[in-house]
Amino acid sequence: MNAPSLTEKNQPEDAVSSGKSAAMLIRSMPLLVRLCALWTVVVLLIAISADFISPYSYSQLDLLARLNPPVFWGGSSDHWLGTDELGRDVMSRLFHSVRISLLVAFISTLLSATVGVLMGFAAAHFRGWVEQLVLTLVDFQASMPFMIIALAVLAFFGNTLVLFIALMGFYGWERSARIARGLTIAANEQGYAAAVYDLGASPWRVYLLHILPNIASTLIVSITLTFPEVILLESGLSFLGLGVQPPMTSLGNMVGYGREYLQTAPWILLAPSMFIVVTTFSVSMLGDWLRDRLDPTLN
Amino acid sequence: MMRFLVIRFFRGLLTLFLVLSFAFLILRSTGDPAMLIMSADAPPEALEAFRKGWGLDAPLWQQYVGYFKNLAHGHFGYSMRDKSPAMDLVLARIPATLTLALPAFALKLLIGISAGVYAALHRNTWIDRLLISMSIAGYTMPSFVLGLVLVLIFAVGLGWLPSGGDATWQHAILPVITLSLGGAAVLARFTRSAMLEVMGQPYIRTASAKGLVWHRVVLHHAMPNAAIPTLTVIGFMIGSLIAGAVVVESVFSWPGVGRLLVTSVANRDLAVVQSLLLLVATTMVTANLVVDILYGWIDPRVRTGQAAQGKTA
Repeated sequence: MNAPSLTEKNQPEDAVSSGKSAAMLIRSMPLLVRLCALWTVVVLLIAISADFISPYSYSQLDLLARLNPPVFWGGSSDHWLGTDELGRDVMSRLFHSVRISLLVAFISTLLSATVGVLMGFAAAHFRGWVEQLVLTLVDFQASMPFMIIALAVLAFFGNTLVLFIALMGFYGWERSARIARGLTIAANEQGYAAAVYDLGASPWRVYLLHILPNIASTLIVSITLTFPEVILLESGLSFLGLGVQPPMTSLGNMVGYGREYLQTAPWILLAPSMFIVVTTFSVSMLGDWLRDRLDPTLN
Repeated sequence: MMRFLVIRFFRGLLTLFLVLSFAFLILRSTGDPAMLIMSADAPPEALEAFRKGWGLDAPLWQQYVGYFKNLAHGHFGYSMRDKSPAMDLVLARIPATLTLALPAFALKLLIGISAGVYAALHRNTWIDRLLISMSIAGYTMPSFVLGLVLVLIFAVGLGWLPSGGDATWQHAILPVITLSLGGAAVLARFTRSAMLEVMGQPYIRTASAKGLVWHRVVLHHAMPNAAIPTLTVIGFMIGSLIAGAVVVESVFSWPGVGRLLVTSVANRDLAVVQSLLLLVATTMVTANLVVDILYGWIDPRVRTGQAAQGKTA
């Protein structure tokens, strides 16, 4: 599938060339995409260091300082982004919400990519009825809005963080499965897979060490497009009160609870809303830009 | 064409069957509904009576067969909360949902298609880039954020429109706008790329070379061909009307199907959730069938069976 030059550019062999090509990659970005990349890095740093940069504990109550406005709204500098209805620091809650939302989205996207790729490999390897089964499941998944399936499962099973992440992990698997199946069938017809088979390699070895790296660039593009959608789905469900449960907090969760104070204290929901919108926008822009550059099927 | 539609029809039925089995299986594998509805410390006799009343004491396969038998007779079960027929509860909410969904759908088509066509015809100009960025923004903006921002501006800030409820037609304005913008953004992207692909085709060059006026080329030669991939997206949009309604109806406290789904999920009113699943799946399957028929109408190759193989592959 990949032209040799493309593969070389995407998967540099050693650290030196990877540093160089990363610099080249950044230089070739349009300004907007560069800003999006910067924001993504900032959000990642916030998620990692949430414990250190939060001025307060995210669940610490201060009933004397309820609904304080942020600094630029005329509040005090004790709480930069103000406080919520229980006097909890909005900035600290925001940082922890970013962490939980990103964590859910990250694990779920990884799960969905893994499930999808394995299903795609199985379909391409066994063909026959296994392939038909996978394709039927793909059709089924693609024809039902995921939001509805998620709501049904949550209705029946109840909600815990682990179940919730596992559920989100099914979002978008059908896209990865389709891509993996199509590209693997094409790869199996190319010389390199047959050559490794003839050298006595096991199917696992061929798929994981030889075919996977060759189809990775298309998969990565599809993953960067799934990631923001999972954030949206998670925040939507949490907004409805059916996603991440208190006392834990996520971005959608903050917006959902902040909604009650829309008239008196809009800052509670504006900060997390801004984070959701800018983050999903940034990752989508990055994904779009990557797709235009990397995806060989588009040219 | 007939053969193609028949296959599609049975695929649709298979999807419906899968959805219902899925709903049935997760419903029965999640423990005892009796314990969920009544509290855990209810007297054992009451629990037993409840199980008998809902047919939960029969073996699993009997319940499964019975469930489909009831469906075939039009019995969709009763709400475990207020004992009324589940499907009636669902059907009573549909007009409210359509009141929002139909105008939103029209707006979506109007904004999405015209923006997409306009961007494609002005490719790589600043307005094209602006439209693409706006479309990505519209696509990544969750509807609850959009809805709340609109409420903040037009209801809380300016006081022009009500923030929630369904008393007058003014109440519908903000939810309709919220529902349509996200879909319009997706549609604009698809229309743009479909138009770009079509505009590069030789028959467009031929049409303009033989001296046709530009708007005739666009309207009669380019747009019908670009409509084919766009139709697929539109079909999916019709099918996911209810999914879209879930969030927006909750934001604006609109008493439609979506809000019923959220409250039923929160209350674990399983029969109502099942009926809603059935409704969603039926809408999806019907929308897909209609799209397939429209394909045949727009694209003669599908009618004669030439393209049918390409589509199912």
